[in-house]
Amino acid sequence: MATIRTAITAEPLDIAGEIEAIHRGRTDIGAVVSFTGLCRDEAGRLDALELEHYPGMAEREVGRIARQAAERWDVTALTVIHRHGKIRPGETIVLVVAASVHRHAAFEAAEFIMDFLKTHAPFWKKEHASDGTPLGWVAAKIADDDAEARWVAD
Amino acid sequence: MKLRYFAWVRERIGAAEETLEPPAAVETVGDLISWLRGRGEDYERALAEPNAIRVALDHDHAEHDAPIAGVREVALFPPMTGG
Repeated sequence: MATIRTAITAEPLDIAGEIEAIHRGRTDIGAVVSFTGLCRDEAGRLDALELEHYPGMAEREVGRIARQAAERWDVTALTVIHRHGKIRPGETIVLVVAASVHRHAAFEAAEFIMDFLKTHAPFWKKEHASDGTPLGWVAAKIADDDAEARWVAD
Repeated sequence: MKLRYFAWVRERIGAAEETLEPPAAVETVGDLISWLRGRGEDYERALAEPNAIRVALDHDHAEHDAPIAGVREVALFPPMTGG
């Protein structure tokens, strides 16, 4: 069974440290794939994203998505970390690291995890303008549902 | 039963959580949403489009036809936008 690490945190993420940690001291890993989701400034319009989450359910749902990926692909280790709270442009919102013997399992597991985080993990984004005023909630995208659907379609 | 609201559902209702005991006729999530809409303008504004409301029962995603008997915590929120 894969080694799984998941976390929900308000602290900035140590991307290099997490990638290194997933294979430190191990010689059975041949591939490490990482995905980093960053906050954009939307051409200077955005001062920050505020990520609201559902404490308790967010941890449970992220853990469940990681376990589903580990059951479906032959991965050696998975790390999934999602931030909440106020996030500035340039900062990391989400980090997925997947390690496997061969690369395909790691690529696909990371993509699956991102598609399910988008549609199943209880987080909501509110935009704040450059002058600090709240701009409103980001709407969910149909494209994200389509991305999730391809993992269940035969 | 504990009710929890998130994002714009929370803002429109004007509360993050509350404890309510719906009448026995309220059997499903859909019944609960209809009943809540009758509680006042803020609820009506938050829940006017039930199709836009996602639901979790005791931290698990659920559909609107799911029964709520025995559930301790119901959360109502808009479609998620994490990741």
